[in-house]
Parts: sequence; C-alpha cells; structure tokens
Amino acid sequence: MDVFSALADPTRRRIVEILAMSGQLPASDIYKHFESTPPAISQHLKVLRQAEVVKMEKQAQQRLYTVNTAKVEEVEVWARRTVQLWSERFDRLEALLQEEMEEK
Amino acid sequence: MSKTTFTVNRDERQVMMERVFDAPRELVWKMITDPTYIPRWWGPEKYTTIVDKMDVQVGGSWRFINRDAEGNEFAFNGIYKEVEPPLRLVQTFNFEPIGPGHESTETAVLEETADGRTKMTMTSIAKSVEDFDGLVNSGMESGARETWERLAQLLSQQLTIADRV
Repeated sequence: MDVFSALADPTRRRIVEILAMSGQLPASDIYKHFESTPPAISQHLKVLRQAEVVKMEKQAQQRLYTVNTAKVEEVEVWARRTVQLWSERFDRLEALLQEEMEEK
Repeated sequence: MSKTTFTVNRDERQVMMERVFDAPRELVWKMITDPTYIPRWWGPEKYTTIVDKMDVQVGGSWRFINRDAEGNEFAFNGIYKEVEPPLRLVQTFNFEPIGPGHESTETAVLEETADGRTKMTMTSIAKSVEDFDGLVNSGMESGARETWERLAQLLSQQLTIADRV
C-alpha cells in the first residue's frame, strides 16, 4: 500500500501523530490511546509498517514503533510542490491577462 | 504576492488550487489553450517554455519543453481527456525524465463570478504516489536513481520562489 492510502485512514493518522509526539512507543502504549481493540490497532500498525510510514524494532518482548518521517514528508512534498508550482503560474497568468486587457 | 487558496485532500490524493482573475472567462480560456500564450506563463521565469505539441481536443496530445540558460531541456506531456470551452479542461500530465507510470491528472474549471471576473480552480490528482516511494528505495538501479536525483534537483529549482512583486 502506498503512503497516501496508508494515511487516508483517520485512526492511522492519529497513530502517526501520537508517535510523532512521543518519539518511540511500544505497541502496548499505542493501544492505550484508542477505544478500538488491540488487534484492530495492531492491524493499522501493520498497514503503516508495510507502507513504511512507521518502523518497528523488537526489543525483548516489546515491539517498539517510530515514525519514518522521510516517508510521511513525501506525501506533503508532492502536495506542497504542486501548490507552489501553480501559485507561481497563476501569478504569471494574472500579469499576462492584465497586459492583454490593456492592449484592447 | 500569491492570492491562491488551496486544499489538500490526502484521501483522494488531490490538491485543489483556486484563483480569481480580473478578466473575462473567454480570455482566461484562451490563455490556457492557445499555444502562443503558453510560453508566457506556464514555465518558471528561469526557463524558456517551448510548445512542441498542443492539440486541444479530446484525445489530442500536448508536449511542452522547458529549456534553461545552458540549453538543458526537459519535457512534459499528456493527453486531453475533456475539453469544454470555456468551462473545463482535463488533461493527463507526465514529467518525461522519470518515465511512464507516474501520471497525474489536471483539471481546470473556469467559472464566471457575479462581478464579471473569472475563478479558476485547478485540481491535480496523483495517480500513484507509491512510485515516488519505489524510486527512492535502495532496490533502484543506479540509472533510475540518477534520474530521480535530477528530478528532485530540477523540481526544487523550478519551485524556488523569487517574489518579484
């Protein structure tokens, strides 16, 4: 699953926010933030792992999660770039339109 | 100064941008569909934009080239999917250096405002961003990696904003 789809779910986005604020958390701590059952959250964590939005490290009995910030940024980067590109185009289009109208 | 408003819809992989122009709709339509005007607004200032092809009809193709001061060129292309003058223009968009499979779709909608101005809404939809991820993974061949780095470089050059207003 790609990054966009992984982040399309509100619960998954919330998981990413929690991890972004805490740094690294064991799965058991992540479960505590939700009313859903641990297996349901675990499934979301699996999706996030597969999309490489989060990384998991096993330490003894614990599964520790962190956000893969580079991956999350890619989603934002595409959106930001597109907006910037079109903002600039609109500026030039506006100037061109003014010129065209002055000629008439 | 930018008066562009925008919304990002991650679920739909979509970015929507809006701007109101002090011009009649027919004129704005002309600016976005006439090859004589494209070079004057489409590409960033530091590039010369050349219209290689622009067949504005359903199924027609377009191709624009950006050339920098050193003569380096890179091109963009696509197909027109919907053409409804002066209201709506839908086209696919590809950045040639990264090859096929990374196509996005751009939709331009022009609406007349009550005071005779034109509101342009541009919606860009990324077909598949998993290709972004694939490109930066280590499994990539060195040729593709170079292309990706060049792309990133070109994109950041393109998007450097110099506020000349």
